[in-house]
Amino acid sequence: MNINLDFNYKSIKPFIFICFHFGILALVFSLIVHRLSQTRKDALIGSLSLITIRLTVDARPTATLIEFSNMEEVKLIGMWLSPYSYRVIWALKLKGIAYEYIEEDLSNKSPLLLHSNPVQKKIPVLIHGGKPICESSVILEYIEEIWPQNSLLPSDPYERAIARFWIKFADDKSPSISNIYRTSGEEQEKAVKDSLEMLKTIEEHGLVGEKKFFGGDKISMVDMAFGAVAHWLGVIEDVAGLKIFEQHKFPRLNSWIQNFKEVPIIKENLPDRDKMLALLKRRREMLLASE
Amino acid sequence: MAEEVKLFKTWSTPFGLRVVWALKLKGIQYDAIDEDLSNKSALLLQYNPVYKKVPVLVHNGKPISESLVILEYIDETWKQNPILPQDPLEKARERFWAKFNDEKLLPSIWGVFTKEGKEREEAIADSLENLKFVEEELTGKKFFGGEKIGLADLVFGWLAYLICVFEEVTGLKIIDERFPLLLAWIQEFSELPIIKDNFPPHDKLIIKYQAFYEKYHPAK
Repeated sequence: MNINLDFNYKSIKPFIFICFHFGILALVFSLIVHRLSQTRKDALIGSLSLITIRLTVDARPTATLIEFSNMEEVKLIGMWLSPYSYRVIWALKLKGIAYEYIEEDLSNKSPLLLHSNPVQKKIPVLIHGGKPICESSVILEYIEEIWPQNSLLPSDPYERAIARFWIKFADDKSPSISNIYRTSGEEQEKAVKDSLEMLKTIEEHGLVGEKKFFGGDKISMVDMAFGAVAHWLGVIEDVAGLKIFEQHKFPRLNSWIQNFKEVPIIKENLPDRDKMLALLKRRREMLLASE
Repeated sequence: MAEEVKLFKTWSTPFGLRVVWALKLKGIQYDAIDEDLSNKSALLLQYNPVYKKVPVLVHNGKPISESLVILEYIDETWKQNPILPQDPLEKARERFWAKFNDEKLLPSIWGVFTKEGKEREEAIADSLENLKFVEEELTGKKFFGGEKIGLADLVFGWLAYLICVFEEVTGLKIIDERFPLLLAWIQEFSELPIIKDNFPPHDKLIIKYQAFYEKYHPAK
């Protein structure tokens, strides 16, 4: 039997040609990827999954810019004692974003901080691909948009509005907590009163409905915004020698604090309690002495 | 289902006005309910139990409080004539300046209006510094949002109609020739029909703020 090999060979020749060159390209690509740092590999995986999501879900014109911008370098200027700094750390870590952390000495502000945040001269500042973003709640929204994996905000606009309301509330009222250790006498009484009101409001309006976290079953940026209540308040109570948060008076808040601090990323990323106590005690002494 | 949008505000609140501008820019029909803050309605207290303040937007029976939160909600729900840009970095910039107005600029200028003596001097210094930053931000731009108005413009919008009231009542010049870009922006912004058609009446504002001023600076 005569098998017509000539015909078969001719028709598959272009196919073999393409496969061969594709194979070379794949080899070169994998060699390049192999040589990338872990940071870049993570970013590449994040980027490729983002491209897949974007192609299937979202056809916005700026999608291409975002796909590749999430591979750029991320730096965070923070301060180990600041709950605002930690909000950003938690968000970055929850989303698996590699970043360089720069500890700032606020008594001697660095040229980098002053250049990156000339208006407020405050931390945290996120620097992404050389561009600074300031204000922790603005940074969190930015992170959520650039790296949508492990979402920190609901997708429904009304649910998002509720979340943003509580983040604003946290921003407005959290300073009362630090005022407890910064002040004495009448000023301190006011700080205590304001803090109690804040806790009461969260208990009665923010955590209604047997929810594990503010947004339901998953941790979100609202929980992170209240980090000061979960960890800093306890230390500040000790510094000031006052008992403000009584567990039996705030059962929902108490459950929430346990749930929040059990999340591995949170548990592993909290400032050391003893260190905090020592520093805040010193600060209080200095502040009261100067009055 | 017919779309039902209500806005609780007062005739003069700048926080409510920024929401009015956003709704009008997007052509959204709504019912305006002007509250008397000395006698808040039961509905307002029900819709905003935490702050008990205006503005509150109620969309199909669901309330949203806090003007910046409301603006973001409006932009996400009604996509026409967006007030926030698509680019995340530009969005972050607009949000930063919105916060700056509410947390720094407005309180410092209000301090100039309400305080006396040394505290007023400090408020004036703060206001000038804050205004300088805002002036710089306008470099090379027609509006804070670029060619078109955006979130930051709506939030800074109170400067366009309330600063002249403050200046008239206090006799102090707050935005002077040191801020040419800001003065130009006020002109441009105020010329937009949707903006100026919704300015609260100047005469009414003078009366209101004159009364406030006398309260903060009782004649000795």
